[in-house]
This record gives sequence, C-alpha cells and structure tokens, in this order.
Amino acid sequence: MPHFVLLGPQRLEPIVKDAIDSLDVEAPLALVTAGWEERESEDEELRAHVGHPCENLRLYSRIEEVFVDDPEFHQAVIDRHDLLRNLQELYRGRLDHALEAARELFRRDGEAELIIPERADALAALAALDAHHLERVREVHAEFEAHWKPGERESLARQRDEVRTLLDQSGALAIAGGHVVVLLNRLRLFGILDAWAAGGDRPVVAWAAGAMVLTNRLVVFHDTPPQGPGNPEVLETGLGICPGLVALPHARRRLRLGDPVRVAIFARRFAPRVCAALDEHCRIDFDGTGWTAHGPTRQLQTSGQVEALPSERQAVA
Amino acid sequence: MMHGPVDTGDANLSGGREDPLAQPPATPEDHTPPHPAIRDLMRDGVPDGEAVELFLQNNAFPLIDETRATFVFRGDVDSVSLQHWIYGMPSSQAFTRIEGTNLWTHVLELRRSSRVEYKFLVDYGTTRELIHDPFNPQRAHDPFGSNSVCQTDGYEVPEWTFEDSEARVGTIHDHVVQSDALGGPRPLQVYLPARYRETRRYPLLVAHDGTDYLKFSSFKAVLDNLIHRLEIPPMIVALTPPGDRLKEYADDERHARFIATELLPALESRYPLVDKPAARGLMGASFGAVATLSTAWRHPGTFGNLLLQSGSFAFTDIGDHTRGPLFDPVVRFVNAFRKAPGGPASNIFVSCGIYESLIYENRSLLPLLQSTGMSVRYTEARDGHNWEAWRDRLREGLSWLFPGPLWMVYE
Repeated sequence: MPHFVLLGPQRLEPIVKDAIDSLDVEAPLALVTAGWEERESEDEELRAHVGHPCENLRLYSRIEEVFVDDPEFHQAVIDRHDLLRNLQELYRGRLDHALEAARELFRRDGEAELIIPERADALAALAALDAHHLERVREVHAEFEAHWKPGERESLARQRDEVRTLLDQSGALAIAGGHVVVLLNRLRLFGILDAWAAGGDRPVVAWAAGAMVLTNRLVVFHDTPPQGPGNPEVLETGLGICPGLVALPHARRRLRLGDPVRVAIFARRFAPRVCAALDEHCRIDFDGTGWTAHGPTRQLQTSGQVEALPSERQAVA
Repeated sequence: MMHGPVDTGDANLSGGREDPLAQPPATPEDHTPPHPAIRDLMRDGVPDGEAVELFLQNNAFPLIDETRATFVFRGDVDSVSLQHWIYGMPSSQAFTRIEGTNLWTHVLELRRSSRVEYKFLVDYGTTRELIHDPFNPQRAHDPFGSNSVCQTDGYEVPEWTFEDSEARVGTIHDHVVQSDALGGPRPLQVYLPARYRETRRYPLLVAHDGTDYLKFSSFKAVLDNLIHRLEIPPMIVALTPPGDRLKEYADDERHARFIATELLPALESRYPLVDKPAARGLMGASFGAVATLSTAWRHPGTFGNLLLQSGSFAFTDIGDHTRGPLFDPVVRFVNAFRKAPGGPASNIFVSCGIYESLIYENRSLLPLLQSTGMSVRYTEARDGHNWEAWRDRLREGLSWLFPGPLWMVYE
C-alpha cells in the first residue's frame, strides 16, 4: 500500500524526522530540494535534523546541466514558461472580477431565497473559470510533451537514468518545499513519481510546496500581499498522487482565517476537495484511497469557519 | 526632518531651527462640543484637584474622537501652544485654559488614520520651553531629537516594521569608498541579506541617508521582514550617509558622479550583483529624493528603479521661489527636469504626506513622470515629513519596485 505523508513548513518547528522515523525506513533517503533553486545543495540543516543517510537527487542542478547541453530544449522550456505566464495573466484578469462579484454577494444581506442561488451561481462561475484555465494549461503541457518528447532527449535521458539508479537504492523519498512551479516542473521532467512507484510501495514524505505538488490542484494564495488584490489562483494540476486535497502551507500567515467570507468562498470554490491548512506540526497521511489527519491540521469550512480536521480516516470521494 | 541648521523640506520641531513665536499662535474658534472626557470632567462645574488627577489618570492623551484630537496640558503657566507642521494649518495654535483650573486644552481637527508629530511651547515668567507632551508617551525620533506623536483611530504602526523572531536576519558591514568626485574617502554601510552567498547574484539598492533610515525608519527590520516574507527578493543595500548634505544632495554633479561611477563599480567589484539596470535601485527622502532623481537623470539607464519619498522638488513656473537660497540649485534642477525629463529610470515610486507642504510639488511631478513612459506608482498618507512616515511606505514601494517570489514559494 502506498504511503504519502504531507507536512506543513519545516523550518521553525520541524517534524520531518518524526515522520520519517514513523515509517521504519532503513535504506537511505532520496532527497528533493529542487524548490530551493540555487540553494538546492544547501541541505546541511535538513540532513542534520533528519539524522538519516540522505542522497540529494540534485534535480534543479541536473536540469540546469540539461539546459546547457540542450539549448534548443532550454529555449522551448522558456517559451512554454512565457506562454503559461501570459495565460495566467489573462486568467487573473477574469478571476479578479469573478471573485469580487462572489465576495459582494457573500457580504450582502437579503432574503435567502433570492441571494443563495446568486451566490451558488457566482461560485459555479468561479469553478468554471478555474476549470477552463486548468484545461488551457493542460493543453500547453500536452503540446509541449508531444512536440519535444523530453524523455527522449539525450541529455535529459542520461540524467534520468542516473536519478533512477539513486531512487532504486532509496528507502523513502523526501520532497522539500520552495518554488512550487520549479519543483513541479523538475519532478515532471524526471518522471520522479512514476519511477518511484515502479520500485514498489515505498513511502514519500513531502512538505510545504512539496505537499502542494502531490495534490491534483495547485492553488497559490496570499490574502494580504503588498501588491494586488490577494486572489487565490489555480496554477495547474499537480502530480495527482493525493487527490481530494488542496494543500495550504503557511495558512496562518498567508490567509485571513478569521474572515468568514474569504474562508467560505475559498472552501466552496474548491469543494468537494478539502482545503487543508498545513501549518507547523500538521500532518496528513495518504494511503492511496484515503487519508488521515494528525496534529493541529485544520480545514477551511464552507461555513466560513476553520476547524480541526477529524482524526478518523477519510476516504477520497 | 532636519539635517542641519536649515531644513530641506518641512520643519521638524525636534531641532531648534525656528523661533516658534515668529508667527502669533492662532486663536481657536472651536464651537463643537468638547470631547466626552472633558464634558464629564466639567459636569459639576469647576473640577477640583482630585477630579483633575483622576481625569489625567484615566485617559490617554491626546483625546481622540471621530474628527479631532484634543491636546491637554496641566501647569501654572502663562500660555501654552501646540507646535506642529501640518500644511494648511497655523503651525502654532494656542491652548485655552479651563476656567478655575491649571488645565489647558486645544482641539485640532484630524481625520482618521492620521499621524502627526508635535510639541508644546510653554511660557511662564521669562521662560519659554519647547517640550514633549507630558501625558503622551508616544515619541518619534530623528537626527535632531524626538517629537511627541498623535495617532488618530485607524493608524497603527505596521507590524512588518517590528523585528520578527521568525525572520532570518541580514548583516550590516562598514566600508569606505575612495571618491575622486567628492575629494576623499566616503564611509558607508552595506546590508547583506540572510543566507548571503558569494556564489549568487543580488539586486542592489542604494539608499541616500541610509544610516538615518537604519536609525529612524527601522530599515534593517523592514528589509529582514520583507525578504523573509518573500515580498522582495534577497538584496544588497548600500546605506550611504551624506557628507555636506545640503550641497551634495541638491543636484550636485559630483555626488551623482560618485554614486554612478565610483560607488556602483566599487560595489560591483566587491559583491555579486546582477549586472542590469532593472536590478538596481536608488532611493531617498526629502533632499535625498532630489539626490536620487538628480543622479538618475544625470546617469540615465544606470538605475532602473527609483524610490522617492517626500521629495523636496521645489520648482517655479514663473518668478522666484520662496524656499531660501539652499533651494536655488534644487529649483534649477527641477525646472530643467520639467523641461526635459528624459527617461532616468524604468520604474519610479513616489510617496508624500498630505500634511507636508511638499505635497504640492510631489503631486505636480506626477503627471510629468507619467508622460515620460516610465512606470510610476504614487501614494499619499495622512502623515508629514518624517522618518516614520517614510518607514510606513517602504513595504509598498520596495515590493512594487522589487517584487519578491511571494506567490510561488512555500518553504
């Protein structure tokens, strides 16, 4: 049975050691810190905390090497990045209006029979916009994959083989947070999760952005940014290993959890997925068909409240 | 703010620059009902000493309500006046003594979210003293001392200006750069962000009056926090103190040459900096903002980002200016800039307080900047010409000029 452990941020009060210890891992850990980008190799603090032999897969620097070896492919990745950024801007413009309309309806008092259907329709419009955006992003990736066939490119294939060898020698895979898109793209280019699954049911521990990329909906969020309206945005589908969840690391800092309108719209927009606030000491274990929450893990409720996730196992719908 | 015997913007009371009695105190003509706390005090007629004591113990001063601040002084003196520098209001306003007591009050109209620095001028016998408000512990500091601070409802010191125990902290290093332009060694300090590595490349921000920003605008805590919160990228900040500030910052070609052709190369040779104008910024307040714009104008395309706070951008459309001879070079520069602004930078953030006289000059600058095709962001606050007002605008300005990876990084 597969075992995925999703954690909150680990810098201030890390529990990743406890998580790994609980998994009875004997072989070395395969470590992914690609989300740290140029700091990928600065993993001493993490290694010291984990206290378990680790092999950093160096996915970030390996791809940088691929880009040097294969400039045509590098340019294609840049072009795709630009295209996705433009798509995101178009989506952002539409989202701004759609979210403001929904918030206005949620703030307004009125006869329930009049206003409730309007709210529901505003949320449906939001969900449709998110779905439309996800589909366009998926098309961009599909076209890229079909045209450039990353797995068949010599330089990347060589790096993939090396990484696969390292994975075969590992007892668990640990995925740290960082830049969520960089991390996701590196994991995808190496086909890490497929390669990992091919070696049998070994556990994966992922935190912060690492937890986000394992879900099937990547939502970036900040309610009080210094610039802009602070609208949560769908980026793309994640790796889809842990469906049914929207992972929200640093929720206590990034979200106005005391604002019932914002919480309610967030939760309803992504329902039936569970919007899980992953702060310090939070942990969710996923076994392939269901998950169990531990610690102070909380859920954004459709009522606008934020409540502890039940500790009983929840089957994924 | 004051940086010498003569100010470069609006006056600040913490230095003794001007005779407060040069203009007679205005006579209050406020007929609105007094603050409820005063009304309660006077309910039974002239209050006795015990009632006054209780009134002073049980209230925070100045008394604030919807649109007013009521200042209170107690003492056997001949007169008291409120000294402030809110543009458009008489800067010296007389208190009125409550009949039969030694309690004095003065009401000032102030909107929500206002922040005003002030002092009391007290006369007794042949003595005249400029003092802090004895009933208000709030103080704001600057190079010349400190003032009392009145904050109305809605104003809060931003939480990102306080040291955050979760934030990794940067370090400050002393340097000296030899300057041919300015004829001698120039000391400065350099802020390096937390987790600084020689192997990485960083954006650069050069801050005029940088050491004052550190002392009076919590600049280090602000940088640590904004970097920690991913609102700006890790960056290197050169904190330059002025030499002869009023000369060097007033469109002095030598100063501009020092910054652009001596300091910048010296920093580039010492630190791993991104070698692009888009990754360079220049900032300053008051005359420091003049120095910032002047340097960028004289060396266009060197610094991609400018942060101008309460710039002393005095100009004339016709006739002479009235700000004194120290402003002559500033006026010449701003007039020349208005005729031919060129494109000194790509992005310009401008902020100003609506209680300072420079609001006129800063608002006037805005359409001109916008007409050049530069990207311009402008913001105003109900505040004055002081370091805390400049501190409070740093988050908006820096995160606009140097956006961090806030939305994408979850560590």
